[in-house]
Amino acid sequence: MSQVLPAERGLRRVIGDGASVPDGQVDGLSADDLLALYRGLVLLRTYDERSVVYHRQGRIGTYAIFWNHEAMQVGSAFALERRDWIFPSYRESAIGLLRGMPVATVLQWWRGHPAGWWNPLDWNVASICVPIGTHVPHAVGFAWGAKLRGEDRVALVMFGDGATSEGSVHEGMTFAGVTKAPVILFCNNNQWAISTPVSEQTAAPTLAEKAIGYGMPGVRVDGGDVLAVYEATREAVARARAGDGPTFIEAVTYRAAPHATADDPSLYIDEERVAEARENECVGRFARYLERAGLLSEDVAAEIKDDALARLREGIAEAEAEPPADPALVFDYAYASPPPGLADDLAELRRILGR
Amino acid sequence: MSERFLVEAVNDALHVEMERDASVLVLGEDVGKLGGVFRATAGLQERFGANRCIDTPLAEAGILGTAVGLCMAGWRPVVEMQYDAFSYPALDQLITHVGRYHWRTRGTMTFPLTIRMPYGGGVRAPELHDDSPEAHYVHTPGVKVAIPSTPADAKGLLTAAIRDPDPVVVLEPKLHYRTAKQEVPDGEHVVPLGQARVAREGVDVTLVAYGAMVPLCERAADALAGEASCEVLDLRSLKPLDEDALLASVAKTGRAVIVQEAPRVAGFAAEIAAVLAEKAVFDLHGPVLRVTGYDVPYPYWQLEDYYMPSVERVTDAVRRVLAA
Repeated sequence: MSQVLPAERGLRRVIGDGASVPDGQVDGLSADDLLALYRGLVLLRTYDERSVVYHRQGRIGTYAIFWNHEAMQVGSAFALERRDWIFPSYRESAIGLLRGMPVATVLQWWRGHPAGWWNPLDWNVASICVPIGTHVPHAVGFAWGAKLRGEDRVALVMFGDGATSEGSVHEGMTFAGVTKAPVILFCNNNQWAISTPVSEQTAAPTLAEKAIGYGMPGVRVDGGDVLAVYEATREAVARARAGDGPTFIEAVTYRAAPHATADDPSLYIDEERVAEARENECVGRFARYLERAGLLSEDVAAEIKDDALARLREGIAEAEAEPPADPALVFDYAYASPPPGLADDLAELRRILGR
Repeated sequence: MSERFLVEAVNDALHVEMERDASVLVLGEDVGKLGGVFRATAGLQERFGANRCIDTPLAEAGILGTAVGLCMAGWRPVVEMQYDAFSYPALDQLITHVGRYHWRTRGTMTFPLTIRMPYGGGVRAPELHDDSPEAHYVHTPGVKVAIPSTPADAKGLLTAAIRDPDPVVVLEPKLHYRTAKQEVPDGEHVVPLGQARVAREGVDVTLVAYGAMVPLCERAADALAGEASCEVLDLRSLKPLDEDALLASVAKTGRAVIVQEAPRVAGFAAEIAAVLAEKAVFDLHGPVLRVTGYDVPYPYWQLEDYYMPSVERVTDAVRRVLAA
């Protein structure tokens, strides 16, 4: 069970600090499960770090970094069944990798190639939501709709602290409460919306307590603690499956990297807090937990890292080998049943392009 | 056939389609127990239950946003926006998601949702109960727009919208919800999107209109009887647009007056004028004129008749184009 730290406004934590704070355990997680969590963390970390390099090399476009957010993504996704849906924001662009989505697909999204726009039905992962928080009503509607059809599916929607100021999140949470939709509203509070700190985002002491106003429980967890995130999400999933409706989870961390590759946080961020967050980053923290438990040897850790690096190498090679998209893809899929003018536009474009 | 008012034809279409397709559900503010503030959804909750005719919280972006998710779960939602201008909070969802999600999934998921709302003025209502927002919708890629002018078309176009695989906005002229009954086919009745209707044949000038402006143009044509023979073309569907019918009519008459109640600048009449400039310029015997609302907020209702296109303004435009 996780421990609750009242001094940190009810922040739940499982992983200790290797010194005065002892390690806890999560019931029902086997050694294999723990290693699966670690593999997920390393895969996402490797994806993120390589993506920043690929961006600097000009091989992908602007990229939203999620360094030190991996525990929130892996811990929450691991609490779901494959039939459950994930609604990611751009900060969770690579969360599909945890369900087997090819690395190349996500890289193609950041390369602006149509091959990056996946079929959500293949992975039960909705399309990446770029505008802030506007996918929250989608997740709520999906979960509600599944319930109306008598299907046992929950939805997990991920958004940041800034999103809690958006009207869509308010309306989505209102609907979730009223319809008792089986949805988990997962807020990764990294304390920054680009340059705006959470203290300027809201006067509420915590984001979790906003849940009260929507008639749902609000839970706070340490977002750098993959086990606390997993356990809190598992409880929320159980509530949802039992027909008890939505849960709001506030996972607290600190943004230890720029918002995106185009951002310069030195203009606004607290460098000491960044250094502290980097020191205590979530992948290393879980590695040390596993080492203390005797579950992760150097060899296994190296094999997991090498495997992730290999997947990234193959992924970028595959993405770069993809032929340029045909101009028809400008028009294809704008409509399921297109108005006649689009065919004329494509014909004219082809005539001018000569192909 | 049954004699129905326009709003009754809407209600009939919803009954028939919900009976026919168990994935169709209706959601919106006050649509259930009340049956809608105009009674467009009356009887649906009794007939199909509270899970298929759903009273929602008062949150238009939430209604449209959850409807996107309902589509993803396999439903075919029909969303009611209570009034034209009440749909503006939902424009965020419309522009950023409703019109884009099919494309975003490269065609693998469809979003067959219908957004219907009463629109337009002339009903002596408070502010923001009178708008004609069609240009916002037509300008949004991925979204189709239909506007009926008669009870039979209100049923047929709504049916087509519900069955269409794309999101369709249906604007219903609230002024004519209960002005005149018309024979409406019973049972299933489809008016395909993209097929204009010649409401009245004529040879001298084409009056291009949709929604509440169609009966107005018919009255203007009556007023000009003996002076000019007006053809009234009811577009019925703004996107897809029936360009063939538009060009055929103007090829015959050589003159066009486009009538819309929305403000003028970048309104749909401008799009029609542009199509005529690109494709019909050698058929034209005079300038293409527009009779529209003005580029002002919809007026205080004691002044609204000055704003709305009137028979006098339309006949004036026809005389000007004939004299040119």
